[in-house]
Amino acid sequence: MTSTSVDAEWQPSELELSRRALRRRATTRSVLIALGSSVALAVVLIVVVVNTPGWAIVSQTFFDPQVALESIGPIFQGLLVNLLVLAIAVVCVAILGTLLATMRSLRGPVFFPLRALAAAYTDFFRGIPLLIVLYLVGFGIPALGIFPRMPPMFWGTIALVLTYSAYVAEVLRAGMEAVHPSQRIAARSLGLTHGQTLRIVVIPQGVRKVVPALMNDFVSMQKDVGLISVLGAVDAVRAAQLMVAETYNFTPYVVAGLMFIVLSWPMIRLTDVVTARLNKREQAGGVV
Amino acid sequence: MSVPVIEARGVRKRFGDHDVLRGIDLSVGTHEVVVLIGASGSGKSTLLKTMNLIEGIDDGQIFLSGEDITDPRVDADAVRARIGVVFQHFNLFPHLTVLDNVTLAAVRVHGMRKTEARTKARALLDTLGLGAKADEYPDRLSGGQQQRVAIVRAVLTQPEVLLLDEITSALDPQLVGEVLDLVRELKHQGATIVMATHEMSFAREVADRIVFLEHGVVVEQGPPSQVFDAPQQAATAEFLARVQH
Repeated sequence: MTSTSVDAEWQPSELELSRRALRRRATTRSVLIALGSSVALAVVLIVVVVNTPGWAIVSQTFFDPQVALESIGPIFQGLLVNLLVLAIAVVCVAILGTLLATMRSLRGPVFFPLRALAAAYTDFFRGIPLLIVLYLVGFGIPALGIFPRMPPMFWGTIALVLTYSAYVAEVLRAGMEAVHPSQRIAARSLGLTHGQTLRIVVIPQGVRKVVPALMNDFVSMQKDVGLISVLGAVDAVRAAQLMVAETYNFTPYVVAGLMFIVLSWPMIRLTDVVTARLNKREQAGGVV
Repeated sequence: MSVPVIEARGVRKRFGDHDVLRGIDLSVGTHEVVVLIGASGSGKSTLLKTMNLIEGIDDGQIFLSGEDITDPRVDADAVRARIGVVFQHFNLFPHLTVLDNVTLAAVRVHGMRKTEARTKARALLDTLGLGAKADEYPDRLSGGQQQRVAIVRAVLTQPEVLLLDEITSALDPQLVGEVLDLVRELKHQGATIVMATHEMSFAREVADRIVFLEHGVVVEQGPPSQVFDAPQQAATAEFLARVQH
């Protein structure tokens, strides 16, 4: 760059100052309008819901404060199970997903069986509903009688990993393919092997391109860990279910739902922030 | 004297801790071709972007046919619809055919009837020898052809002023000529043009006025013969000596 820097003696002109004031006033006005319309909408929604004919019964069955307070403890205990499953599953999905994506991107006829296998795997597990995978893995595999007895939580984790690896592998592959071919050519021209090219040049860039999509999969996994309850694992959902069966009051479900929302909320916000930052970097040099 | 088509008064632009434009005054009259020259980073491109309201300014004013377009109350989209812009990298829409690229603004922004816009565009493309490419997608065209299509896209709606931002910098040398021929033709038809370029011989031939920018200020301006052959400022002479070998 040239040697220019900031003109220290420059002061904004009267005109510029009045323009800035005008912009500030416009901003204040839009914030106030947004606030006003939000409050109005909230009031309308509350009035409509509270005045529905069944509201008295619904509020009793779904929003009973006494039941809610009692259910928090057991459900939170269950949520810890969900968190443990999630932590283990995320690591396994990252490894298996990367492996699958790499297998699918191998070139050369020698690797055809690997490519075909990876393709068949991702097709199968993206097509089949997670709930069915849970049943098949959770009840089918133990029935074979070749594995030692494992808690339902274990099989639930396996089922989650199987399904989510397929999704994550496809996202990663899309990212790797989105890296411009010129990057591969440049890496190979430096003498890097195919493997080195993938590891050092393609995968780091590819992952960066799909970070928002990966985080989105993570958020979706955060709530799908609740499905392991169908195998009998006492997680947050199952704990809520047990309490509902005792009291015939559905409030514990609401409590469990709120806990899952609280759990996923930081990640959802973080996804937005990261996405915005990536967009900004990609669109450097334009404001429109 | 008539109202200038586009006029900058004391325009300032700061990026972070770097003043890119430091009080630019520039007035462009009807049918005038003004060519901005200067080193990379001198502010040529930024000045063009502020004129099109793609970049906001930090001080000063810009007038389009007498109207202050830097007033916050102005509808920026409406202003941009009156200005034609051609970029260094063409920026044609790859998912649209040449004809759809060219007629997009005419139909969607200016409300021209689709059949009318297409007829007009085809006629214009025909005169440029691009008629056979009208239904192709941009990736089937050479760089020179793409850039000429981009120019047609900018002029189809008869903008008040045409801003050309280093439109030949991304082209192979043998393709530069066809693009410059088109600019020459537009000048003959009376277009008002502000152009940033590194093509000094073309600047000398086509410009009514040369404006030399350095470090975000206008150092010198005047007719090509004066600026190129008898520069008044040492900085101008130095720059020209470097670029003309």
